[in-house]
Amino acid sequence: MQRESGSAEEPEPPGRRWRRREGRTRTVRSNLLPPPSAEDSVAGATKGERLQRLGCVQHLADNRLKTTKYTLLSFLPKNLFEQFHRLANVYFVFIALLNFVPAVNAFQPGLALAPVLFILAVTAFKDLWEDYSRYRSDHEINHLGCLVFSREEKKYVNRFWKEIRVGDFVRLRCNEIIPADILLLSSSDPDGLCHIETANLDGETNLKRRQVVRGFSELVSEFNPLTFTSVIECEKPNNDLTRFRGCIIHDNGKKAGLYKENLLLRGCTIRNTEAVVGIVIYAGHETKALLNNSGPRYKRSQLERQMNCDVLWCVLLLVCMSLFSAVAQRLARYQEADSEEEEVPRGGSSQRGSIGSHQSVRILHRSQSTKSYWRTGSRAEAKRASMLSKHTAFSSPMEKDITPDPKLLEKVSECDRYLAISRHQEHPLAQLSPELSDVFDFFIALTICNTVVVTSPDQPRQKVRVRFELKSPVKTIEDFLRRFTPSRLTSGCSSIGSLATTKSSHKSGCSFMSTLSNDSMLLRLEERLGQPAPAIDSNGYSTPADSWEPNSPQEPQPKQELRFEAESPDEAALVYAAKAYNCALVDRLHDQVSVELPHLGRLTFELLHTLGFDSIRKRMSVVIRHPLTDEINVYTKGADSVVMDLLLPCSSDDARGKHQNKIRSKTQNYLNLYAMEGLRTLCIAKRVLSKEEYACWLQSHLEAESSVDNREELLFQSAIRLETNLHLLGATGIEDRLQDGVPETITKLRQAGLQIWVLTGDKQETAINIAYACKLLDHDEEVITLNAESQEACAALLDQCLHHVQSRGSHRPPEKTESSVNVGFSPLYLASTTTTVSGPSPSLVIDGRSLAYALEKNLEDKFLFLAKQCRSVLCCRSTPLQKSMVVKLVRSKLKAMTLAIGDGANDVSMIQVADVGVGISGQEGMQAVMASDFAVPRFRYLERLLIVHGHWCYSRLANMVLYFFYKNTMFVGLLFWFQFYCGFSASAMIDQWYLIFFNLLFSSLPQLVTGVLDKDVPAHVLLLKPQLYKSGQNMEEYRPRAFWLNMVDAAFQSLVCFFIPYLAYYDSDVDMFTWGTPITAIALFTFLLHLGIETRTWTWLNWTACVFSIFLFFTVALIYNASCATCYPPSNPYWTMHTLLGDPVFYLICLIAPITALLPRLFFKALQGSLFPTQLQLARQSAKKFPKKPKTHKEILVQKHFPGDPKTELSEGMTMSPSETLSKDCASEASQNTQQPSCSLKTSRELSTVDISMPLREDTMQEGLDAQALGSSRPVEAVLEACPEDSKRKPTSTSQEPPLSSLFNLPSFGSLNWISSLSMVSGLGSVFQFSRSSLHMDKQDGEFPPSPPQPDQDLHGLQGQATDYF
Amino acid sequence: MTWSATARGAHQPDNTAFTQQRLPAWQPLLSASITLPLFFCAGLAFIGLGLGLYYSSNGIKELEYDYTGDPGTGNCSVCAAEGQGRAPPPNCSCAWYFSLPELFPGPVYLYYELTNFYQNNRRYGVSRDDAQLSGLPSALHNPVNECAPYQFSATGLPIAPCGAIANSLFNDSFSLWHQRRPGGPYVEVPLDRAAIAWWTDYHVKFHNPPLVNGSLALAFRGTAPPPNWHRPVYELSPDPNNTGFINQDFVVWMRTAALPTFRKLFARIRQGNYTAGLPRGAYRVNITYNYPVRVFGGHKLIIFSNISWMGGKNPFLGIAYLVVGSLCILMGFVMLVVYIRYQDQNEEEDDDE
Repeated sequence: MQRESGSAEEPEPPGRRWRRREGRTRTVRSNLLPPPSAEDSVAGATKGERLQRLGCVQHLADNRLKTTKYTLLSFLPKNLFEQFHRLANVYFVFIALLNFVPAVNAFQPGLALAPVLFILAVTAFKDLWEDYSRYRSDHEINHLGCLVFSREEKKYVNRFWKEIRVGDFVRLRCNEIIPADILLLSSSDPDGLCHIETANLDGETNLKRRQVVRGFSELVSEFNPLTFTSVIECEKPNNDLTRFRGCIIHDNGKKAGLYKENLLLRGCTIRNTEAVVGIVIYAGHETKALLNNSGPRYKRSQLERQMNCDVLWCVLLLVCMSLFSAVAQRLARYQEADSEEEEVPRGGSSQRGSIGSHQSVRILHRSQSTKSYWRTGSRAEAKRASMLSKHTAFSSPMEKDITPDPKLLEKVSECDRYLAISRHQEHPLAQLSPELSDVFDFFIALTICNTVVVTSPDQPRQKVRVRFELKSPVKTIEDFLRRFTPSRLTSGCSSIGSLATTKSSHKSGCSFMSTLSNDSMLLRLEERLGQPAPAIDSNGYSTPADSWEPNSPQEPQPKQELRFEAESPDEAALVYAAKAYNCALVDRLHDQVSVELPHLGRLTFELLHTLGFDSIRKRMSVVIRHPLTDEINVYTKGADSVVMDLLLPCSSDDARGKHQNKIRSKTQNYLNLYAMEGLRTLCIAKRVLSKEEYACWLQSHLEAESSVDNREELLFQSAIRLETNLHLLGATGIEDRLQDGVPETITKLRQAGLQIWVLTGDKQETAINIAYACKLLDHDEEVITLNAESQEACAALLDQCLHHVQSRGSHRPPEKTESSVNVGFSPLYLASTTTTVSGPSPSLVIDGRSLAYALEKNLEDKFLFLAKQCRSVLCCRSTPLQKSMVVKLVRSKLKAMTLAIGDGANDVSMIQVADVGVGISGQEGMQAVMASDFAVPRFRYLERLLIVHGHWCYSRLANMVLYFFYKNTMFVGLLFWFQFYCGFSASAMIDQWYLIFFNLLFSSLPQLVTGVLDKDVPAHVLLLKPQLYKSGQNMEEYRPRAFWLNMVDAAFQSLVCFFIPYLAYYDSDVDMFTWGTPITAIALFTFLLHLGIETRTWTWLNWTACVFSIFLFFTVALIYNASCATCYPPSNPYWTMHTLLGDPVFYLICLIAPITALLPRLFFKALQGSLFPTQLQLARQSAKKFPKKPKTHKEILVQKHFPGDPKTELSEGMTMSPSETLSKDCASEASQNTQQPSCSLKTSRELSTVDISMPLREDTMQEGLDAQALGSSRPVEAVLEACPEDSKRKPTSTSQEPPLSSLFNLPSFGSLNWISSLSMVSGLGSVFQFSRSSLHMDKQDGEFPPSPPQPDQDLHGLQGQATDYF
Repeated sequence: MTWSATARGAHQPDNTAFTQQRLPAWQPLLSASITLPLFFCAGLAFIGLGLGLYYSSNGIKELEYDYTGDPGTGNCSVCAAEGQGRAPPPNCSCAWYFSLPELFPGPVYLYYELTNFYQNNRRYGVSRDDAQLSGLPSALHNPVNECAPYQFSATGLPIAPCGAIANSLFNDSFSLWHQRRPGGPYVEVPLDRAAIAWWTDYHVKFHNPPLVNGSLALAFRGTAPPPNWHRPVYELSPDPNNTGFINQDFVVWMRTAALPTFRKLFARIRQGNYTAGLPRGAYRVNITYNYPVRVFGGHKLIIFSNISWMGGKNPFLGIAYLVVGSLCILMGFVMLVVYIRYQDQNEEEDDDE
């Protein structure tokens, strides 16, 4: 399902690619055949076939799944090898190994290795465990059973999955999982169809149709594998899920093509089909599903990068210290050579000693620095990441409701009635007025011109149904002639009588369109997520104005529950819409489509051809035989721009032609209107083919179909030949509703200082309108549009724009408004950068082609420079590749952090490239989510993700990193100062066990807790003040200055912690470790206190962790010091701690040293907190001071900061909407005591808003009925005008919100791919609704300025635009 | 809320306070108001403690004498000059005369102090064999490599005790003589040389090798004394409970000092008439001057000291507490000023909001 539309950017036509790969094929034969001897290779068989005989030459993977990385033997080396990819590990091991060199060892060698080994072991164990889990799941999968045909037993026997080999025949039943890539040879379905659910593969829950290989579908009897003697030639295994080419060569030398529709992919599930049989083509790791597994990119944060830099500084510092120590020691040895001689004779040269001790010092020092940092750091990070993603992983049910427009509905049923009455007449359609006929055709086209499959959950389709004698698509001309004999009956279940094949007289569209005087058919679908709301709305051929009916009629429910499975949500939307007009698709088979109408009953259309959608044609067509007229109709549905050009040209001479033209222009107008509203427009057109025309076309089409080479191109040509001279039936506009809170979220993200880019595949006009709708663009801001046809033009335009942007400081040039917009819609992709744009800046709109030019090497700098100046950038018509290129460019060139958010498969590359990839789960499948770092169910959760969790994350990480540097520096400092008193001999007063395990055991836990749980500012304050996010962007907490201040503080603290014990024990009989142990204890206390100062949020976990650390230290010390008297040379720890505990001085220094060490920090922190509080501290203060203040206070705050955003509080209200999903949010907030009041307040406010809005809407509707809708919408618009920032905002979906209670929910929508790609933005309408109505209430009495700036968006528009259809 | 009951997805984390990061929390704000009482309280407590410490440290008496023998500093300079450049130094004795005008309250400890002696040097510190010292017969004859170059003697015999620490054993000895009346005879003051080492060292860590035929000398047969020693380890003292590896002086010496200036306990004076301390009168310390310190620029001191509840004389802690306490009070006052001046502003700002 590629939503790709840009044809120009298509790198190469698929045909060419195929040709290039032709040489590399795989040949598959039945395993049941006896192996062919050399003589068997008759002339017909190619050499390749013989060579590639199964299992002989060609090695084919079996179906055993092995995802484990290691075997028992390879585990250790492989795992170690992987772990040593982390340079830190290598470094530590190297240092530890140095300890084995006697000259330089600092510790007992074994002991020095311990922490490294511990870390390696923990990681290895984790890897091992994961691998074991993988092994277990592999084992489970490998031992799944399935039916495989056995040559010996001549029947299907149960085998394990792993025993399946290429060439086996596999029989699968309904709801079984497909064990390998299987070529479908037989299906219990009478039409040779089979449905599979690919949820395991791509997350899409709709059913996909697969088709038995042509030639086998005709088999009447049960498929017998023993008779299968054909040879299959197909591609080598590749990972392209959407492509499969090959051919099957029958014994008689006939070839038949194999396509993706014939292949059942491993991992999918058989649905709706009782049993299928197929031959295994690819097995095991050669299946497309498994070839698609690839690892994610390693991502590094900016903080991490800076941290690495600081690590280098630290290493440098250490090297300096070590060098200093070494030199000093050498000097000391020169000076005091005699004394040295006394104790240590000059065994080694002093040079060696110097180097040795240099090394030792370094070893000593490094053992502190950064060792446990990486561990704890990454642990905490991982922890946080997982918590974060869990936290945001709310599930969201989708809902959709369609309320048909009664007038149109009436017309449809009128048609229905007429036809029911006149069914048995000769010219049934002639009874209808042309207008009605078109209406009827329109809905028929709407219903059948798609690939939607009707399912009833988990039930195999019944076999009982009337079959045509002939299969379609039509194979031959003879077929064709035979089938079109007049006497033929077409009967559906509901017994449609025989119909004459006579042509109806209405074929000229012009005459019929005359009655479509005012507008084309209007159909509007609204899709939305979550919020119950009305959805379909349309008015018939009546007035252009609103014709709202306050009482939305209940849709008559079909007797049987039907689910429509569509590859594209838009398709399903259209089918649902048709269903709402009682024109329900009830069955779709390979060769027939059944439509049920209330009066007419079931109409079964013979489906002759389906010409699928492609992004070049931008349309799809079905060729059907009409059961009522028996004429051959082509229904085409496609992008308005394309379809409009294909219409039958009509002369402007006669009245009909004029009228037709008028209708077309009207339709075009409506299409434009819809486009401006951001609807996705489609045109539906029809063509009636005469038999001769059809026969003529059929011939060429069959040729195209049967050609093996170049098939795509030929089919493409064939389709183009058919889709001409169309007769316009109508247009549809599908609203991709913005999700809840999108404009608010974008506003907030802006306030948070993010620069937002939208990269969309949609049309420029659509994209612009969506951008307006979600407040990405503002109507009073300048929009620079970049549309260039060539590289040179692009360069010139860029220069011009740059010049313009630079000169615009003086005067504001008139806005370029896009009045002649078309339409489109777009998923939103945000690439946020840390660049903050100051002042009102223009926005940049660039289309795909220009983007391609602009991304050329010589222009990209200019483009980026321009883009940097702009407030927002909108790239339309961009391909997935371009999206990722843009992100990459921004990331590398602007040195910005990028976040990409998207929901579709076409966003995957972008998401993977960005620093932070966010996937929106749900409607467009799970690819985006699977590729992402974070997944959110709604766009607006991005706000929470970024502004709250992003901020917390940053502040935690920054704090933690600083703390770690501090901790290690301070600890190393202690040792360093000691070197002055031990002759720079690299000896340590701290016992080596403490040295090694201090970071690992004693002081890491509180750090971890703080790193995971600390919140510097409460969530609700962060949400209220998005600009607080900037502190993270600007790296406020982790600047070089902060780092160096921290280092200075660490040095000071280590001085204090060293010299207080030094002076306290000076000139005493203290021994080395009795003196070093208190220092260790002091360091521990200092660390904990320091952490206490840095911790902003104290939970019981923090307390526990601190207490536990102290407890652990003393316990370990006591046990260790009592364990063995002589075991730990050279240290002499025996009974030290016990002695110390009896020494008052120990307590006294443990009290004074940490406090003295932290006194300056506390003092300056407190001073700074009082005198120069940062924004964050102010926010905390306000949160603390007014935790229970009602919401109004916060609103005031917000408005104070952002006077231009009166709706902020409304968005808050929206997040608290009563739907179930959201209540989680509420619940989570509510549990914080301080927030409870505001939360409940929000909820109540929201409810009251709903109440208020109801009467207003009713008004609008009624006025609409009176064809005075303009009057009613204007005041509302005017109100918006009154608020300058809100000016010109279009109330996109304003008036059509029916009472919530009146909505009906179609059941089980959750599994439908219902929401279109932009679903993330859907729901905008309701937000506007609320905001508008509340504004209205506030200012009801205000004066209304005249003339709204925009034409009334009365939401009836319909227009089609198929661009992003698939 | 129906959320947790119905709408939880498969990958939904538990809705606990922990996973949702909603743990109840105390969120202190570091500002003048909260640190103000902290500073004052800490300051007052520290000053109080500091005063106590200061006075208790001041109550400790100490008497020290540098007998290194720098020229012109008494009769030990003779010995120092004699020993200059000679190894092993000749036996030499000198004396230190002092008089106490009043009682030196007991218990009195006799320390010797060395300066500029880096017992904490890494290569010095590791040069020992704890297994050997714990009396393991196997270790006795196979000293660990760390002991090198004091692992084996020139004749190839294993050195017991091996290592640089043992080799550099302090071998001066002192005896204290008291002259009750001027001109009267000097009476030797009994020095309690037992139990000057850590109890655990003496009883747990250090052991002599098992006696052979009841003789410690036989147990040490086949070993050589450290090069600097004049007599073998089993002749360190005639007292069988104080000789060999468990010689108290040796045990004390083996507990290496933390800092280059260190003192080690030599004896306690608590016997006979001297239980209450050293009475008034003239004293003489006879010093057997063996240990060369001038080669490394060190000094040797002899120290009489008594102790209090907090150990030896060290005024530092008391002063430190006083200083830090005063600092706290000072900072408290600064905070007070800040608090008074800026609190009003803040409130005004809040009112604006």
